Amino acid sequence: MRSLRRFLTRLFNTAKQRGQDERLREEIEGHIALQTEENLRAGLSPVEARRQAMLKFGGVEAMKEEYRAERGLQFIENFLRDVRFAVRMLRKSPSFTAVAVVTLAMAIGANAVVFGVMNALILRPLNVPEAQNLYGTEYGVDTGFQSYPNYVDLRDRNRSFDDLAAFTFAFVGLNTGDNPTRASGFAASGNYFDVLRIQPYLGQFFHSSDEHGPNSAPYLVLSYAYWHSQFQDDRGVVGRTVQLNKHPFTIIGIAPPEFRGTLLFVSPDFFMPIVNQEQVTGENLLNERGNTHAVFETFGHLKPGVTPAQAVADLQAVGAYLEKTYPNEFAQKAYALGHAGLTSFDSAVRAFMAGLMLLAGLILLAACANLASLFAARGADRSREVALRLSLGASRTRILRQLLTEAVLISLVGGSVGLLGSIVLLRRMSMWQPFPGAPIHVPLNPDARIYVVALVLAAVSGLLFGMVPVRQVLRTDPYQIVKSGSTGTVGRGISVRDLLLGVQVAICAVLVTSSMVAVRGLMRSLHGNYGFETRNALLIGTNLTMAGYGGEGIPVMQKRMIDAIEGVPGVEHVGLVNNYPPLVYGAGSRVNVFQEETKDLRPSNIASMPFRYDVTPGYFEAAGTSLLAGRPFSWHDDKNAPAVAVANREFAGRMFGSANSALGRYFTLQDATRVQIVGVVEDGKYLSLTESQEPAIFLSSRRSPSSQSYLVVRSQRDVQQLAPLIRSKLRELDAGLPADIDTWNTLLDVALFPSRVATVSLGVLGAMGGILSVTGIFGMAAYSVSKRLKELGIRMALGAQRKEVLQAALGRACKLLAVGSAAGLLMGILASRVLAFIVYSASPRDPLVLAGVVVAMSLLGLLATWIPAQRALSIDPARLMREE
Amino acid sequence: MKQKTDVLQGTLALMVLKTLDVLGPLHGYGIARRIEQISGDLLAVNQGTLYPVLLKLEQEGAIASEWGASENNRRARFYRLTKEGRKQLQAETQDWEQTAAIIARFFQVKAEDLS
Repeated sequence: MRSLRRFLTRLFNTAKQRGQDERLREEIEGHIALQTEENLRAGLSPVEARRQAMLKFGGVEAMKEEYRAERGLQFIENFLRDVRFAVRMLRKSPSFTAVAVVTLAMAIGANAVVFGVMNALILRPLNVPEAQNLYGTEYGVDTGFQSYPNYVDLRDRNRSFDDLAAFTFAFVGLNTGDNPTRASGFAASGNYFDVLRIQPYLGQFFHSSDEHGPNSAPYLVLSYAYWHSQFQDDRGVVGRTVQLNKHPFTIIGIAPPEFRGTLLFVSPDFFMPIVNQEQVTGENLLNERGNTHAVFETFGHLKPGVTPAQAVADLQAVGAYLEKTYPNEFAQKAYALGHAGLTSFDSAVRAFMAGLMLLAGLILLAACANLASLFAARGADRSREVALRLSLGASRTRILRQLLTEAVLISLVGGSVGLLGSIVLLRRMSMWQPFPGAPIHVPLNPDARIYVVALVLAAVSGLLFGMVPVRQVLRTDPYQIVKSGSTGTVGRGISVRDLLLGVQVAICAVLVTSSMVAVRGLMRSLHGNYGFETRNALLIGTNLTMAGYGGEGIPVMQKRMIDAIEGVPGVEHVGLVNNYPPLVYGAGSRVNVFQEETKDLRPSNIASMPFRYDVTPGYFEAAGTSLLAGRPFSWHDDKNAPAVAVANREFAGRMFGSANSALGRYFTLQDATRVQIVGVVEDGKYLSLTESQEPAIFLSSRRSPSSQSYLVVRSQRDVQQLAPLIRSKLRELDAGLPADIDTWNTLLDVALFPSRVATVSLGVLGAMGGILSVTGIFGMAAYSVSKRLKELGIRMALGAQRKEVLQAALGRACKLLAVGSAAGLLMGILASRVLAFIVYSASPRDPLVLAGVVVAMSLLGLLATWIPAQRALSIDPARLMREE
Repeated sequence: MKQKTDVLQGTLALMVLKTLDVLGPLHGYGIARRIEQISGDLLAVNQGTLYPVLLKLEQEGAIASEWGASENNRRARFYRLTKEGRKQLQAETQDWEQTAAIIARFFQVKAEDLS
């Protein structure tokens, strides 16, 4: 009880110590005054009386120390004193403080941003309850595609999932009464929301019980964002009927604001039951087991106690059953589990994030190395102060604690600044919609984890670089230093500081190399050969189902559109491609191709799985794809003519050996159609810029028209000016037909998005690395010059030339720079192999990149050593010698 | 070194309490004088050591202090015994007397008494 009370009082006293000091001083004074008076009365002279009084009182300072120890809690008090002292010291050298804080802020900021992105994308991709236990099924590598009947079997036969939900995309014309607009959403299984365990913001969701066969559930759930922007938060919208591609659907609910669908980067406008898919896509896929593109992904929560490995084995077993039961329509592929929402690009995103994490870690390391050398230099500068304090009786631990306090203080300030910056950046990024037309965004919500990670990183790095001067302090011999002053020589051997700086330069060179490789790769991919020409080309996306066309009406209308646009002045070629053109929205479908003689069309006999494009005559000219052999399509290649195909060179080579030998040969499609190859075109890119060369075949769109299609328009004129002309022409044909008109280059942005992101992030990190190494080299050079001013002065007085002085002053820094850069360049070249996965044609074995890195590093070196060099050259020996 | 301080502080504390008990509120100098008069040399050299002891006692709640005017009309801090201090004094006095008695008996013991 007594000790507790004492502790509290002491704690309190620690807080108000100034007043307490005052009180003690007054008491001592009073005490001595009384004693002095008494001594005077005893007959001593005034001076002697006071002296005797002081003697009798004893050592005032020692007593004060004891008194303080008695009064407050010494460790807190010492800590506060350390902090105050540290603040004073840092304020005394503002440039040092600024450099240290900025360095650390950059490093911590970069790490916090990268961690924030990783946190959002990998650790908690979906904003739903129990997301960690929510798995998507992968069927084949990195894809969740399934046919609808397969999904139903998976759902009903597996024993590992609580329940399995499925969804796919639905692009519709949504008409609220006056004007049809395009909207994109998910067609989801009835149990979708129940599997996700989320509740509606308004109204209700649809459920499994609503599904009664095809087109039985015309219900619509809107996303919060779409409701907010299109219906202005009108609560009365629930219950209203809207037209989806001219079919009535009833809006039954609004999804909660934090729920943005189950696919990362994509925010759907609405959710509709997948059983009504036929009404919006025009084809009924619910019974087609062979069509593995009916379902984009299936996902669900694992039952309690079921491990992912067990679930995979279970799925394999269902797959084996399906293969046995439907040998012609089902091919067993490897099942795997991915994180729901990420299934399709899990490994790519992970690899990219791992790379970024690594680079950000390197930045932090470089910053630490930088700060360590800064602190080491500062420690050396302060060796005299340290020695003085040691000889005045301060313990070494006390001094070390003081130095560490300074380091931690800097790291906390730098960390907080970096954290603030990163939060601002993350917030901006999460508002960002990279593609105005597409419902794509990056959901980043900074949460507590980021704060913790950033602060822990800051504290750890603070301790790390704060430890550097420890050895220095422990070895300090106060006698020597006080005697000889602090102008000791800079060590001849390789010191820790040199090593740190070398490592840091190397790290920086790695970053510079990789960012250059990325930039170069991006530049090349912008001017790469995709097998078609994206410049001067317009793409016009239409979905005739949205305007009520169907069956035979579709090809007729498409021909009319082509004819009409060909009549627009300035238009050179017009062609049409079903669904999506290559490299647009990452869409593309493959088709199973068998050798001509194959009779048993089971999946194991597939000869090739090329990309399939259905195009009209004029497409190759409009797309700028050059024909290598044979003929393009004509308007006669329709349903009544024999099936013909144009292959790309890769397909021709793989199937038949060469382009020329492929002409006139046949292959078989899944539906047993024999198709003759009548032409061969150049190779191209289809799904992504980084893909290796893929086979592709082109079939005649006249044989299998699709309501969803893109018209490709080529012109010599500025295609932007053509857009309004084309739009008015289309309106003349049918005013109720929504059409998206964009340049091909605009839509290509989506394909280029990953490499853009990679390039920008690498560029930023590279720039940071550059800044860090400049400050590092600068610090070292400036320090070495200031240390050796006297020596340099003597050399100059003895007749040294400018060159020799410079060499003496900066030789070491330059050598470090050279060695570090060389090592970094080598490592960067190795590291860039990883980059090749993200950035198209990223190759470090590019003379331009190598030269660029060398030039960049030399420029950085020049920049960093300029001021110290000037200072070394401006030494006035006479003045310098007089000074000391 | 440490132990010596502890013993000194322990005895000093008891002396302070007893002094305040007998003489009522006093300032630091007054306490020091009184102890000096009674104990002779103990505080002859280091009167200052009294102040940490006073502080400790005050923090424990055994004494309280407030500003007042000293005989030469200076501002001085006056210390007085609290109720708790009085209890502490009683307990410690008893303890001390007991200890002292035991120690005294030990010192009086001669070899033949133990045989």
